[in-house]
Amino acid sequence: MKRRDLLLASLGILLLWQSLVLVIDRPILPSPLLVVQVFLQELFRGELAAHFLSSLWRVTAGMLVSVALAVPAGLAIGQSEHLNRILSPVIYLLYPIPKVVFVPVVLLFLGIGDLAKITIIFLILFFQILVLVRDQAAGLPPQLLQSLRSLGAGRRALFRFVYLPASLPAILTALRQSVGTAVAVLYIAELFATQKGLGYYIYYSGSTLLDYPAMYAGVLAMSLLGLGLYFAVDWLERLLCRWKFVE
Amino acid sequence: MIETHSLTFGYPNSPLLFDNFTWQVRQGETWAVIGPSGEGKSTLLALLAGLQKPLSGEIRIEGRPLTRPRPQTGLILQDYGLLPWATVRENAGLGLRVRNFYGPDGAHAPRNYHIQTDVTAWLVRLGIQSLADQYPAQISGGQRQRTAIARTLALNPDLLLMDEPFSSLDAVIRDSLQTLTLELCAEQNLTLVLVTHTIEEAAAMGSKILLLGQPPYSKPNIIANPRHGSADFRSSPAFHALCQELRKELSSIETA
Repeated sequence: MKRRDLLLASLGILLLWQSLVLVIDRPILPSPLLVVQVFLQELFRGELAAHFLSSLWRVTAGMLVSVALAVPAGLAIGQSEHLNRILSPVIYLLYPIPKVVFVPVVLLFLGIGDLAKITIIFLILFFQILVLVRDQAAGLPPQLLQSLRSLGAGRRALFRFVYLPASLPAILTALRQSVGTAVAVLYIAELFATQKGLGYYIYYSGSTLLDYPAMYAGVLAMSLLGLGLYFAVDWLERLLCRWKFVE
Repeated sequence: MIETHSLTFGYPNSPLLFDNFTWQVRQGETWAVIGPSGEGKSTLLALLAGLQKPLSGEIRIEGRPLTRPRPQTGLILQDYGLLPWATVRENAGLGLRVRNFYGPDGAHAPRNYHIQTDVTAWLVRLGIQSLADQYPAQISGGQRQRTAIARTLALNPDLLLMDEPFSSLDAVIRDSLQTLTLELCAEQNLTLVLVTHTIEEAAAMGSKILLLGQPPYSKPNIIANPRHGSADFRSSPAFHALCQELRKELSSIETA
């Protein structure tokens, strides 16, 4: 995607927002200019930055833990027909369950700290990455593996030189697909029993303080968090999977 | 170089492909194995590469029984052999990286192996040095196959196994790669076993030609090709006569 197109799309969204403001004309929908002003004020003088960092930490930690556990598990299952046969039905049953319904359960078991929130994000990302990495590993052309074996590669070398690099695009695709969901669920998780994080900030500004511009500033921050993570994954893909972008 | 003694092999739940098959390949010979698809050619190669195990009987290479892929055997397949995420240089150096990963343990790399990483000389010899930083998707089929050959030869093999290596290439590129392969085998004193379904390729490449037509195979059906490799052989009447003979043999097998 070209930068110019992204800029034009952003302008279009702002214009749409501004026209809605003119049509609705009530305090519950402040103008984008006001929201950006409040956003900058809250960011540099208020507590928005601290809330943003808390949320960023939770979602990043969740992503890292998911990658660290799901990639080895996905690779192990994908390269062994036996394991795949045993575990696939379990994954098949667990994968489609909307993990967000576990928010209250996780909070009950793990309490109100960061651990519960990171665990919820982990639950969502883990299965996405597991399934994509497993399918990638299982779908590698047998000729590729055979030719590596003929070069002397045993199991360890196959992991190092084939399975791991082959699963990188799958990991990044899984992250890209699920980062939006992760941020959305983070919002839900931050509504409960915490005073840190953008979810709390948005809810508190909107429903307790009735400070709508601040609430929208929080929404903007959360959108930027999602967008930033999305761009970060894109950037990582360009850096680590250069071969996918050659002509 | 290669001896099979009473080699017996078949895939589970299907008829035997080799039944007491005894066959010999001498050092420096170039063999072409020809026959219709799905009749055991590639299986023979997989057995020689140590990627399949005989049900009974034995394969000996350089006098030693073959129990697992040996580091001095190079295998080149028709396609898919290159890592799509690695450049030509990285792909050509892949075998060396695998060896460096294990070190000279005798199983994955020969015991007398010294760590090497540079494949430039092979890229130059195969004429692909200018493509060193390109990815497989960016180069032609012939250039990919040259990369695969460079990768194999960088490991300094004594036996080269090729499975339909040129079948997806244009005629002109195929001819030049066939000639190059024969030159390299002579230069490096390599033994070659090349599987093909093309009669002309078998006639051009094989000093001996093994016909596989109707399994199970017990006695090898061999056609000698003493003039192979000599200058202008391909345009000589002898070449065409050999192709005729092979065609006749193969069709008699198929109608049998």
